[in-house]
Amino acid sequence: MKDIVVQKVNKAYGKVQALQDISLHIGEGELFGLIGPDGAGKTSLFRILTTLLLADSGTASVCGLDVVRDYKEIRWRVGYMPGRFSLYQDLTVEENLNFFATVFNTTVEENYDLIRDIYVQIEPFKKRKAGKLSGGMKQKLALSCALIHRPDVLFLDEPTTGVDPVSRVEFWDMLDRLKRQGITILVSTPYMDEASRCDRIALMRGGRCLSVDTPEGIRGTFDKHLYAVRSASMYKLLLDLRTYPDADSCFSFGDAHHFSIRKDVVEKEGEAAFRRNLQAFLTAKGHTDIGIEPIKPGIEDCFMAL
Amino acid sequence: MRDSLAAFVRKEFLHIFRDRRTMMILLLMPIVLIILFGYAITTEIKRVPVAILDQSRDEVTQKMISHFVASEYFELYKMIDSEEEGQALFRQGKIRMALIVESGKLKGENEIQLLVDATDPNEATQLSAYATQIAVESGKVKVESENANSNAKPLSPFTFHLSPDQGIAPVIKLLYNPQLRGAYNFVPGVMGLILILICAMMTSVGIVKEKEIGTMEVLLVSPMKPVYIILAKATPYLLLSLVNIATILSLSYFLLDVPINGSLLLLVGVSVLYALVALCLGLLISTIADTQQAAMLISAVVLMLPVILLSGMVFPIENMPEILQVISNIVPAKWYIIAVKDIMIKGLGFGSVLQEIGVLALMVVVLVGLSVKRFKIRL
Repeated sequence: MKDIVVQKVNKAYGKVQALQDISLHIGEGELFGLIGPDGAGKTSLFRILTTLLLADSGTASVCGLDVVRDYKEIRWRVGYMPGRFSLYQDLTVEENLNFFATVFNTTVEENYDLIRDIYVQIEPFKKRKAGKLSGGMKQKLALSCALIHRPDVLFLDEPTTGVDPVSRVEFWDMLDRLKRQGITILVSTPYMDEASRCDRIALMRGGRCLSVDTPEGIRGTFDKHLYAVRSASMYKLLLDLRTYPDADSCFSFGDAHHFSIRKDVVEKEGEAAFRRNLQAFLTAKGHTDIGIEPIKPGIEDCFMAL
Repeated sequence: MRDSLAAFVRKEFLHIFRDRRTMMILLLMPIVLIILFGYAITTEIKRVPVAILDQSRDEVTQKMISHFVASEYFELYKMIDSEEEGQALFRQGKIRMALIVESGKLKGENEIQLLVDATDPNEATQLSAYATQIAVESGKVKVESENANSNAKPLSPFTFHLSPDQGIAPVIKLLYNPQLRGAYNFVPGVMGLILILICAMMTSVGIVKEKEIGTMEVLLVSPMKPVYIILAKATPYLLLSLVNIATILSLSYFLLDVPINGSLLLLVGVSVLYALVALCLGLLISTIADTQQAAMLISAVVLMLPVILLSGMVFPIENMPEILQVISNIVPAKWYIIAVKDIMIKGLGFGSVLQEIGVLALMVVVLVGLSVKRFKIRL
């Protein structure tokens, strides 16, 4: 039983409702992602599950243990990596790791096989102070520290925030390997592109759980046509697209705008005709260098549509 | 679990040693304070400039003047010829006391007038007392003293009618500190201050720092018991304060010639007890404050000010309004300073400081209870 069960959990800070009626079931050995922007309630949920915070109502259990009643037992069995970089900056890599090992009554040698893949990458710098490591290396060290006691369940709160893209990919590769060792992993991230690396995800916003499914399942629920539209004047394009008759939504995504429209609108006039009409509409508005291409929805598109 | 405690304590020491600046402050602060209090900030009277107007010029007054000049309290600035000259010197701030020996009274019984600059009332009182003492010792004299203000006309005089021939002459014997050395008072005071500073402030800052950088979150989600976290945080500072006690005691013993009349063991024991009180206060503060700055401010306002103002270190408790006297009872430094003075200066034994030890021990129990109860097992 290395699962996580959350049932109708509510949590408020004064008047701010941080979590509303959250219910989740995360199975043993699952890599589960909480996806949502800042303030979605991800950290609050983490703290409730790691026994740091008490929910106002509802129950939760980790490894079959109640987070309120059996908090002591849970603290032996989970690994937790908080959102902030929480290592001792003035201690070296080695000292940090040894310290956390002894706190959990174990030694680095005992569980070295579990962290070897991760630790070998930072081992050349083991005499360096943690505060002097790069963002990516800090995360690897923090993960090593959270893993050093071979936890059954691993909680990672925004582990890739502030880490460069290459290190982020490496980090997710490491999580894949850990998953294969049978560790249940709950990870949160504000980056939608990382969602596809999870087995299942929960989209959260404003303390609510909007939808829970596999990344493919969530993408499958997107029932509109989606186009990436570009032109020479991007900001004007955004405003103009929103005035297009029957337009569903239009959001800026990096170098293009994601423009969605109901399927029946497009099918009525035919796909090719719709694109010609849109092109004509934008040309009439004075746009040049117009590019329109159909795209598959990403998690972020689904999130925006919810 | 003992291993993790040891590792934790080791980690705390690493924090302290790695932070060179703080460590230097911790180790140098007692030395600086002792030297400051010992040499710079002193309330002792030494070589006060005095002008003397001798209208009598007989054997007795000559003898008395030579007594004055010979004492280490006073230094002859100038022999003057008129009272006006004395007033001018007061106004210029050249002298702080003038001694006027009037002429032509009974042979051997001269009347002396003392003019004292009373801008600092404590000093003025001390000066007139010393001067009177010297005058009385040097002959049959009748002293009349008058307070003066350096830029105002002489105030209404107050007169000592001391005539050793008639009535009772008090024989003053100063116990424990015959030379009225200020060091006897401030060394216990500085010890009270340093221990509070290091134990309370550093412990609270140390714990709050873990909250601030987020490591407390990880520590809480670990099997480490809160009581071990507290113990591990407190141990290094307790040891560090022992080093400071040793520094202060040896500096005051060898440099300032303050004796250690009582048992050294008892003195160290009481100091450790007091350090424990301070540690507990630090723990309590850490449960209230959320940032290092807040912890520092609370420590300074809640701990340092009472230690300086209400412990009797600077201002005598007996002179305070009754309400402050009552409040001073909850200032641990008050009891500590009393105990240290008893042991160090008076050379008293365990039985005499039983009350102080009892009060400090009670404080430890109450504070430990409070802070363990307040220490959150969650965020």
